[in-house]
Amino acid sequence: MSLWKIALRSIQQRVLASALTAFSMSLGVALVVAVLVIYGVVDQSFRRSAQGFHLVVGAPGSRLELVLSTVFHIGKAPAPMSYDVYDELKRGRLGNSVKFAVPICMGDMYQGCRVVGTTSELFGDLTYSDDNRAYEFSAGRNIQDGEYFEAVLGSIAAQKSGKKIGDTLRTTHSGTSGMERQEAFTVVGILKPTGTPVDKGVFVNVEGFWRSHASALDAAAAEAARARAAKEEADRVMGVTQESESTTTTELSDKDLMIGLEATPTEETPTAGAASAAEANDADLLPRERKRITAIFLLLQDGTESSIPLLQRELQTMGVQAVSPVEEVSQLFTGLIGNLQVILLILAVLVVVVAGIGILVSIYNSMNERRREIAIMRALGAQRKTVMLIILLESILLALGGGALGLVAGHGLTWAISPIIAEQTGVMVDAFMFQQGELYLIPGLVLLASIVGLLPAAVAYKTDVAQSLIASP
Amino acid sequence: MLQIRDLTKSFPQPDGTPLHILDIPEFSVGVAEQCVLVGRSGCGKTTLLHIIAGIGRPTSGKVKIDGWDIALMEESEVDQFRAERIGYVYQTFNLLPGFTAIENVMLGMTFGRDRADKKRAANLLERVGLSHRLTHRPTQLSVGEQQRVAVARALANRPKLILADEPTANVDVGHQQQIVDLIRDTCHEEKISLIMVTHAPDVAKQFERIEYLEQINHAGRAQ
Repeated sequence: MSLWKIALRSIQQRVLASALTAFSMSLGVALVVAVLVIYGVVDQSFRRSAQGFHLVVGAPGSRLELVLSTVFHIGKAPAPMSYDVYDELKRGRLGNSVKFAVPICMGDMYQGCRVVGTTSELFGDLTYSDDNRAYEFSAGRNIQDGEYFEAVLGSIAAQKSGKKIGDTLRTTHSGTSGMERQEAFTVVGILKPTGTPVDKGVFVNVEGFWRSHASALDAAAAEAARARAAKEEADRVMGVTQESESTTTTELSDKDLMIGLEATPTEETPTAGAASAAEANDADLLPRERKRITAIFLLLQDGTESSIPLLQRELQTMGVQAVSPVEEVSQLFTGLIGNLQVILLILAVLVVVVAGIGILVSIYNSMNERRREIAIMRALGAQRKTVMLIILLESILLALGGGALGLVAGHGLTWAISPIIAEQTGVMVDAFMFQQGELYLIPGLVLLASIVGLLPAAVAYKTDVAQSLIASP
Repeated sequence: MLQIRDLTKSFPQPDGTPLHILDIPEFSVGVAEQCVLVGRSGCGKTTLLHIIAGIGRPTSGKVKIDGWDIALMEESEVDQFRAERIGYVYQTFNLLPGFTAIENVMLGMTFGRDRADKKRAANLLERVGLSHRLTHRPTQLSVGEQQRVAVARALANRPKLILADEPTANVDVGHQQQIVDLIRDTCHEEKISLIMVTHAPDVAKQFERIEYLEQINHAGRAQ
């Protein structure tokens, strides 16, 4: 009979006390696991989303906000930039160093999901994750640049909206108005899950995005014109002079811009020169001054550490900033979130230590009634170190049993809250993905159990066999 | 098998003076010999058995078993020696309550040289008439059955010497003879030396050799 079995029998003999002790240990371990898994998965998801392109170009402001809003769909969309920046990166001098420049326009919502105006390049030419995975479609296809009112849904967005290929959707303005756009987009593709915020995005053709905004502007302008005409008529009838005409126009212009893309940039970006010939020839496209862009994802020809700062400086002279998402995410996780994780881990480890002390108390309290059992084993030939080892094994079994329960509970807890995390952040938490930190749990628990088991083990070691056998009935 | 020479055992009293329990100039038991030790309560019978088993240490003297002086051995060596060569049957059975009958017998093997052998444990229980009680816990057994499990456990490591400390004291009259017969017969068949402590005259008179502790223990005389 192995010593493990003897220790197990001893635990079984005090099943309630042992179960409660193991349960308290499981709570601590579950907390540690939940913190590790959630942090690990979120970290991985963020880093995965930040891959696939080198830079995000946006209006000046907070670098982190730019990355969070455009890459992770968290927070308010930043102020838009002039179309000229995109044009310069696409067709101008800077275009030589750029492999792909993908426009990102934000400002609309659909059923709680961010609507992103973009081009087919986002899913056709860019990748995600550190192993450069290509976006795949579970149904349908990518948007086509010539088809202005096409949409592609992320996997969660599709599930949430219930939209299928061929269905239409109307986006709404994300401002206070909640106004529904006139133009409907047809769903042409649904993406496979990526485990990134893309999953909960609605991606529409950028040209359609601009048009839907432009028509809203036009409708607002027409409404303003009607109001102005009515006012003029009223003034004429009442003999009042029309002094406020220019003021009304100015107000309308401001309102238009606000409706168009949330806000005007605080500093207008410089014009990058003449529009390209290709665009000029396309009479069907909106004029460039009616197009505004929230951000541009850049995949460079040469993404080396030396070339990126050069481009960043060039773009800075154009009044915009170019941010490395990997760098920002890295800083975010090593800084604020990393520290938060450390604090949470310390708290969780403290719970585990308290549970470990619970094991000590439980076994130590049982030692009085177990003196006879220990004496019997000694009388049967067990050495002092053997009975000491049996007590230590009992402590280890309790810790490992609680730990195993805690592992299951921790992953179960993560699984239970993963829909909430996905809903709030778009991060798909694979609750059953094991983290490297969990590997340290087992030796950690064995070490803790060995330490807390030492005191009762020492009591067992010192047990006087003859006296205990005589004293027991 | 057992030779005791000039064995003394004393315990310190609260006033610092020693309380002499045992003073045995000479005592021996031969191979496969069966000896019953008779004595009044408190005369040191259990203490003597503990010293022979190596559970207690003598104050002085030699205790040779199978040629080995256990008084000179390290404690861990005595433990090992006890596990392999001595079987002990207690008045209070001393079965572990959390273990089944067969596990209690296997526990006796665990600390010996050989690995615990489930088949042998089952055979031993069958031999003491408990083949139908292998997986019962002590609380599910009658006192007679419990003592039979204890006998099987004492035989587990094929000992050379069995020490039985009033094995029938807690057993009802109807089962006392069964226990005595079981121990005697088994020791006879296995050629195991036996020292049985009792103060039941009916039990004592069944043995060829009866030793009265008061006669061999001079400490009692000194008091």
